Amino acid sequence: MKKILLALVFMLVLIMPATMLHASAQTQSYSITGAGSTFVFPLMDTWRVQYNNLHSNIQLNYQSIGSGAGIKLLEQKTVDFAASDAPLQPSEQAKAPGVLTLPESIGGITISYNLPGIDKGLKLTGPVIAQIFMGNITMWNDPAIANLNSGINLPAQKIEIAHRSDGSGTTYAFTDYLSKVYPQWKTVVGQGKTVPWPVGTGGPGNAGVANIVKTTPYACGYVELAYVYQNNMTYAFVQNADGNAFVEPTLDSVAADAAAASTNLPAADGDWSKVSIVNQPGSNSYPISTLTYVMVYKDLSQVSGETQDKSQEVINFLNWIIHDGQQYSSTLLYVPLPNSIVKADEQGIAQIQFGGSTVPEFGPITALVFTIAIISIIAVSAKTGLRLVSKF
Amino acid sequence: METVKLRGGSPLYDKIFKIGAAIAATYVLAIIVLIVVQLVTNSYQIWAQEGISFLIGSDWNAVEGSESYGAAPYIIGTFVTAGLAMLIGVPLSMGIAMFLSELAPKFLRSILSFIVELLAAIPSIIYGLWGLFVFRTYLLNWVETPLNNAFGGSFWLFSGTPFGLDIFTASVVLAIMIIPTIASISREIMIAVPNSQREAAYMLGATKWEVFKMAVVPYSKSGLVGASILGLGRAVGETMAITMLIGNATGQSAFPSSLFSPGQTLSSIIANEFPEASSGSLHMAALIGCGLILFIIAIVINIVAQLLVSRVLKTHQGAVLV
Repeated sequence: MKKILLALVFMLVLIMPATMLHASAQTQSYSITGAGSTFVFPLMDTWRVQYNNLHSNIQLNYQSIGSGAGIKLLEQKTVDFAASDAPLQPSEQAKAPGVLTLPESIGGITISYNLPGIDKGLKLTGPVIAQIFMGNITMWNDPAIANLNSGINLPAQKIEIAHRSDGSGTTYAFTDYLSKVYPQWKTVVGQGKTVPWPVGTGGPGNAGVANIVKTTPYACGYVELAYVYQNNMTYAFVQNADGNAFVEPTLDSVAADAAAASTNLPAADGDWSKVSIVNQPGSNSYPISTLTYVMVYKDLSQVSGETQDKSQEVINFLNWIIHDGQQYSSTLLYVPLPNSIVKADEQGIAQIQFGGSTVPEFGPITALVFTIAIISIIAVSAKTGLRLVSKF
Repeated sequence: METVKLRGGSPLYDKIFKIGAAIAATYVLAIIVLIVVQLVTNSYQIWAQEGISFLIGSDWNAVEGSESYGAAPYIIGTFVTAGLAMLIGVPLSMGIAMFLSELAPKFLRSILSFIVELLAAIPSIIYGLWGLFVFRTYLLNWVETPLNNAFGGSFWLFSGTPFGLDIFTASVVLAIMIIPTIASISREIMIAVPNSQREAAYMLGATKWEVFKMAVVPYSKSGLVGASILGLGRAVGETMAITMLIGNATGQSAFPSSLFSPGQTLSSIIANEFPEASSGSLHMAALIGCGLILFIIAIVINIVAQLLVSRVLKTHQGAVLV
């Protein structure tokens, strides 16, 4: 017992200067913390590595725990930024006032299907997609589908619907599109990250839906663009907003849609809850697309552990991801930001500031705690007769 | 004789020991109390809003503006999948335990017991992935489709469109998951039956089956019930594998209408929707409410198990609970 206590005290004495040393060495390096969307994680992870190559003192720590959970951490002010596939809703804005919304990437959503013998390029319109997912069109050879695809011999088989089972930004954007193009969808099903699907089977994540579609003949589901490309799945061409062409989902056609929407976007500190970039004009605009966002407090000083210097590093990092960072998007099958959105982001990032008093650093506090702990251990053991040094 | 020399103030050590043990014991109680407090306070909103219809309703609409929640399909889904898994798993586990404790030759016994315990250590996500990518296809082509073709039109249990992601697949994989748990504990319990019991039965001219029926089962009944309840506990709470295999229907369509219809359990709906539910919303309260229901189910199962075991103990005076 005595020996253990003795060892403990020695350990504490040794640790104390080490901790202080550690703290002083760290003044030059920072860890930027972010949390949220699983959708952007591959891109975020590439950014982490690339940015660390350029600035070895900056470590990005991004936790892909889901957009909703990321926003929760932002509300609690424990992360420097959150990443989300859907904008802040009014109820969330109330809990996290003064948050800047900065689009950082664009996603496209495909209607993927598994029809033996039929390649990609089945032509579909918005209302037809809505009716398929509502269960109104149940057969592949339904006249509504057949009329759009005169050359294709559609099977007389039931359509097996696959949708997301988890709450997701992909669902948010897809139901946003369906609500816009088929008003009945808005009243019967609605728009959200989780909606009451009238029919179909739910798979967890893009991978879950992709798996159902790939392994089940006559299945049909909505899957993120990157998953469809990576898994060589077949997908539909969707009629554009102008109604004059059926557009194939590609990085370019999704970017065209986002560029067309960029003139109507609010300012970074504005209300983004109604923002939607689906179904934009332009003959080459693929209509089902969505922005993903980085969210950051305008006044970084309220985030716990933030310092003046660190907030500068956060700003530098955000500036990097919307400029140089975008070059890594297309190889990972993310759509790079069009120039107009980058300009809007620059204005948003320029608003970030650091006001108020600095938060005490970690080092001195730890040292203080250790000192108090050691003093109290010595005091207690002296009082209670737990002798630290044997009397010989 | 050697004398033990106590150095230092021994009453103090005693005190430290007592306080330490008390803290450790309080910890368990404190955790449970905190869980209950958290579950109740965070789900209060849903009970205030929906009342009893949260328990018996089947609406599940998380769209802001038209929110409405009812957990009945998921409660039923939980019981149906766990029940089916028990129906498949318990007899098989008892068979495994019986073979390992009574019939198996010695060399086989140790190898097989080791393998059964190895199966118990496989994480549930592995079972889920295996079920999703491998087992599902076999089950669909060799069991579900033939059953559906033969009886689908006439018998509701096998109706619907076999899809591979449904209550049946989830229950079968769940059964596979609980078998090692039940089997290995049951084996331990059967082995613990004193050999004198068996010898006595053999002396009366009993066959192997009669020995098992007359000597082993009465002696180990309560333990076997306990082992099954442990399996049931795992089945009710299992999340990852179920989420991947059950098809995750919500609302009205999550009511299990046949073996081959997609469903949803309390734990899978929490796993599916919790990460994206916005904090403080009714949706979040509804999901925590599901957690509360699951917690209550777990308590009820444990109480029933205790009652069963004590009743078995009473009816078999002299039997020893192992």
